[in-house]
Amino acid sequence: MDFMVFQYPMITVQACLDGILLGILFALIAYGMALQWGVMNIINIAQGDLVILGGYIAYFMYLYGIHPAWGVIVAPVIMYFLGVLIYKLVINKVVDRDLFISILATFGISILFMQLMNFAFGADVVLANSDYGTTMLFNNNVVLPNSKLFSAFISILFAICLVIYMKKSKLGRAIRATAQNARAAKILGVDTEKVYAATFGINAALCGVAGALISITFTIHPYMGLPYTIRSFMIVIVAGLGNLPGVAMSGMGLGVFEEFADYILGTEFRIGSVFLLLVLILVYRRFKLSRKREYLK
Amino acid sequence: MSKNNLILYSCILIFGLVAPFLFPAFKVQLSILCVLIVLATTWNIQGGEMGYNSFGNILFYGLGMYLCASVQVGMFFPLAEWTESGGEKTFVHTPAQFFQGMAVGLVVAAIVPTIIAGLIGYSILGLRGHYFAICTLGLGVAAGEISGGIEIIGAGQGFTTPPFPDVGSLEARGEFFYFLSFFTLILTFIAVRSIYSTRFKLILNAIRDNEDKAEAMGIETMKYKIIGWMISAFFCGLAGGIMGGLVGYIDSTDVAFDGREMGVFMVLMAILGGKGTLWGPIIGATIFHIFKEGFWTFFLGWQYVALGVLIVVIVIYFPEGIMGWLREKYPERFGEVVDEKDRKAQVELK
Repeated sequence: MDFMVFQYPMITVQACLDGILLGILFALIAYGMALQWGVMNIINIAQGDLVILGGYIAYFMYLYGIHPAWGVIVAPVIMYFLGVLIYKLVINKVVDRDLFISILATFGISILFMQLMNFAFGADVVLANSDYGTTMLFNNNVVLPNSKLFSAFISILFAICLVIYMKKSKLGRAIRATAQNARAAKILGVDTEKVYAATFGINAALCGVAGALISITFTIHPYMGLPYTIRSFMIVIVAGLGNLPGVAMSGMGLGVFEEFADYILGTEFRIGSVFLLLVLILVYRRFKLSRKREYLK
Repeated sequence: MSKNNLILYSCILIFGLVAPFLFPAFKVQLSILCVLIVLATTWNIQGGEMGYNSFGNILFYGLGMYLCASVQVGMFFPLAEWTESGGEKTFVHTPAQFFQGMAVGLVVAAIVPTIIAGLIGYSILGLRGHYFAICTLGLGVAAGEISGGIEIIGAGQGFTTPPFPDVGSLEARGEFFYFLSFFTLILTFIAVRSIYSTRFKLILNAIRDNEDKAEAMGIETMKYKIIGWMISAFFCGLAGGIMGGLVGYIDSTDVAFDGREMGVFMVLMAILGGKGTLWGPIIGATIFHIFKEGFWTFFLGWQYVALGVLIVVIVIYFPEGIMGWLREKYPERFGEVVDEKDRKAQVELK
């Protein structure tokens, strides 16, 4: 336990800013999670592994001398097609089934991806160096790497583009219609199969963007996927499906929580505290709902 | 118990008793198989019969593992110095100390997880469906991450369990652990079988089929859910304690709270064999273990890839498992009367 963070206000400011910038990235991943959960009613445990895969795409561009920031454009394109492929191979068989089946099937995909990434890229912790320099604030007491600002900016940009796309475009309208009532949408001529594939692809593309940004700002490792899945799941259940401002806010909240947990408990308990927070949130909501004799659906 | 059953059980019992002498090279594998069957069968109590699909039974398994080893060491030597020195070099258990420690350790390893399951049961089992699944997944991983930061049980570098004492025979270690796990298996089977022949099983099935209705019928569902989970926790803790001694080395995320391996294995074995049947998890675990050992030997390095593919294939193509498939094929064997007209009508509906 280390409470230095409360004695020096600048560390508090640092932790809050870091947390918010990190949280924006979490919110982007959680948005993809909410999208597929709302539209297809599946929970994708492999979400985090898609993120890490996106990160490796940016990292490889960096290795071959291309600036990793371009990964933000390349990764989603590759990941979109990979997402559609995963949908065609596995997900379309579990869409109509019980949610537990989808959890277990995507757990299998997650293990598969983890191990394939371990073979292909090695078990080292890597990062793609962007050379963006740092910004100093408050008499040099708070250090903000520009890459974090860049990643937050790009995440917000992608989120806004996606929201507009969902509102205005034909496919976006079809996706929203399918989410409301898949059967009615089918009757009215929406090809739901295509909509599902596109939804999963868009989700994977969002993961790709987030992953590329994570590889620039933080580090990536083949086995780091599951915490990202749990974080996005947590953000979605706190915010609720289809509540976009809620997703953004709870994403930032989670980011700040993690930074403080890191300072107070120590880095070795960081991931553990995220998972414990998930359990606490679920139990809290369960007790809150059980007063009205309801339960989480 | 019918005559056929009696013959079957005695055959299995005799086979179990002579197996380590018939196949001395496979003693460790057979012990692991026994532990796997225990895990799959007890997962099935709440996963299959109660409909609460848990990824978190690994929590009790890992707890049992750490508790058994800690008690075994802590009864005779200072635990902190043991883990610091890497164990076996500084302190040596005499045979009497080893077996005493193991016995007490196993009792603690079974009791404490049961109590913990009872304590957290009320909060966790109020969640339903996939929320329960994800919450228990979180519990298992959190336990692994947190135990990896605790110094006294070895933190990141692991915990060496007491090595088997020198009792004069090289085969003794394997035989001891084999019979320990085999008797645990028999104990589990008898316990589960007698549970399944009571009203308790019907209540669990009622909870699985429709919890709200079961509650409306006057069943205190929460009480039975907690009891079901506690039974699972008891045997998971026991299995964990045995496995800790068998493996000889405990690591927080790779051996004890290994959600990626054991945590998924127990779900997978139960599903492969058929959820909600007595024999399903046993058959599933046996087939799974044989397959797994094959993969682990022939596809060294690719085992997790194979495992991932296996999970997807089993879940998508055999969600009912082997027993479910047999049941569909030969319903008469399972004591179900099939109306020919009804079956035709169902086929037409499809």
